[in-house]
Amino acid sequence: MNNSEPLIEEVREHSPAVFSIRTAEIAVSIALAIGSLILVWDNYKLGAGWGPYGPEAGYFPIRLALIVLIASIVVFIHAVRDNDQTPFIEVAQAKLVAVILLPLLVFVFAIAYLGIYVASILFIAAFMVFLGKFPIWKAALVSICLMGFFFYIFEIQFLVPLPKGPLENWLGY
Amino acid sequence: MEELNSLMQGFGHVLSWQNTGLMLLGILLGIVVGVLPGLGGPNGVAILLPLTFSMNPTSAIILLSCIYWGALFGGAITSILFNIPGEAWSVATTFDGYPMAQQGRAGQALTSAFTGSCIGALFGVIIITFLAPLVAKFALRFGPPEFFAVYFLTFCSFIGMGKEPKAKIIISMCAGFLLAAVGMDTISGQLRMTFDFPELLRGFDFLVAVIGLFGVSEILMTMEEGLAFKGKKAKIDLKVVFKTWASLPKYWMTLLRSSIIGCWLGITPGGAVAASFMGYGMAKKFSRTPDEFGKGAIEGVLAPETAAHAAGTSALLPMLALGIPGSATAAVLLGGLMIWGLQPGPMLFVEQKEFVWSLIASMYLGNIAGLLVVLSTVPLFAAILRIPFSIIAPAIMVICAIGAYTVHNAIFDIWQMVVFGVIGYIFKKLSYPLAPLVLALVLGDRAEDAFRQTMVGSKGALGVFWSGGLVGTIMTLAMIALLWPLVSSLIARLRNREPVLAV
Repeated sequence: MNNSEPLIEEVREHSPAVFSIRTAEIAVSIALAIGSLILVWDNYKLGAGWGPYGPEAGYFPIRLALIVLIASIVVFIHAVRDNDQTPFIEVAQAKLVAVILLPLLVFVFAIAYLGIYVASILFIAAFMVFLGKFPIWKAALVSICLMGFFFYIFEIQFLVPLPKGPLENWLGY
Repeated sequence: MEELNSLMQGFGHVLSWQNTGLMLLGILLGIVVGVLPGLGGPNGVAILLPLTFSMNPTSAIILLSCIYWGALFGGAITSILFNIPGEAWSVATTFDGYPMAQQGRAGQALTSAFTGSCIGALFGVIIITFLAPLVAKFALRFGPPEFFAVYFLTFCSFIGMGKEPKAKIIISMCAGFLLAAVGMDTISGQLRMTFDFPELLRGFDFLVAVIGLFGVSEILMTMEEGLAFKGKKAKIDLKVVFKTWASLPKYWMTLLRSSIIGCWLGITPGGAVAASFMGYGMAKKFSRTPDEFGKGAIEGVLAPETAAHAAGTSALLPMLALGIPGSATAAVLLGGLMIWGLQPGPMLFVEQKEFVWSLIASMYLGNIAGLLVVLSTVPLFAAILRIPFSIIAPAIMVICAIGAYTVHNAIFDIWQMVVFGVIGYIFKKLSYPLAPLVLALVLGDRAEDAFRQTMVGSKGALGVFWSGGLVGTIMTLAMIALLWPLVSSLIARLRNREPVLAV
């Protein structure tokens, strides 16, 4: 129905799993357990007991961190016992997620240098050209119009300043 | 009849040109937000919240709450025409809505979905109108222990009623509380869990978290499923609308049942998602023709939509009366109240009469206006979904990034948003619920303050929570809510029946 199909259709065929739900569950529960241990230690250092003015700053968080620790152990045990081998993510899916996640990281990185408007124009246009197989002029038109609209809404209508870069400086904003 | 007087005054405020305009704008934006994947009630409101910082609170809440109503309406469009639930609460609507659209009865399905929604919402608003002032008046007697008890009840019922594994609900909730605690401690002024990163001094903002958890993660999920939108054509003409309306009275029982279920689950934090499934299940159970369900039964569309809207609306009751939100979107709205400088809680009904009653009045008008708007603009919104995903996905990411940035004018927040997006994606795939995390993040500081004030008063004895009749009752209720699944399965086992386990 539109020309963004090719990449997207691949997913429908089954592809090997990157890792299973079981692995993911275990990894997340271990990460949570480690995180909560760090927080327990940090709050303990801060003082999690009873000070002269009532509970100390770490009193509430340390208890929560301990609860997370216990709950993550429970999740870990369940994950090992359930042994769910259905794939957490398949290779083709992982590719699609990477297709959006990696450009997103580049985009956020670029905001600091190019300003949000230029970075967004490049981001949207790149997406349309590489993923949607649009001709470059269409991609440029859509992305520039869209960001021009946002520029109007934020900078002129609501007076909310967004990060700007060399181009906007050059234009006098 | 004091309520009616105040309500009339509220209508007066809402019916100014500016506020009516904001109301319509909110509904239109809300429908767009509800239709698009990756934008939903909670993050739609979160992204627009920074734009309302300078507005007066009454106009701001009208705009934002109307986005919420619009999003509730919008979810139904994609479910029925595209078999893609735009929102989790419209999943149950796809069961019968999409078959109806396949049979060429899309107009009928949409009309009944929207009308059901409107009826459910109005039912919820009427409950709010008469119940919320009473609850607020009652809650004026609350001190810190009672407030902590109510928070505790909220979170216990989340754990007790949640469909996800209990340990995961607990993790998600405690993670929310911990995130809320990062940064400067409000009482002692000490820095907590910042690990010497200056960026963490401010702590985590719930708006940024919501935009990442609900927006970015949703786009990742949509991307992974490789969605290709293939929709049915929608045409609604007045004849279909009136014919459908004429057939609705005979389903009054379904509507009433769903409204009650919805209100119940909305006030207690079960939320719109649970309500829509329960509404559907009950309608099927009590229907004279249960075999029709799943093949395009009109009740199958009415029941979940009515329940979802009733729940979505009544979720604002505890938010207004007690300062405790019943859903993720309500939590974001509550955060908005604090940003606009209003103190949520029972005093709101005393100190901010104009605000509260304008909001309630705008709920009546917003839902009725929403019904008319949505009926007349369905084809337009269905067309949005025909825009290729390769434009929609990056555009939504850009909107999310702008939303995250505008909260504090910090680029670091955009990075935070991305991290929350990945966390949200992993959590969703492993069925960790996100709503408790957001709720805890919003309420964290207040709950902790209430707890510590209580502890200071009692010199650290936990017995204070059972010292008075009121606080004791609430705490006991909380315990029951927390342990209910255990108790009920135990009772079932004792009676030697099949254990009723939560699915």
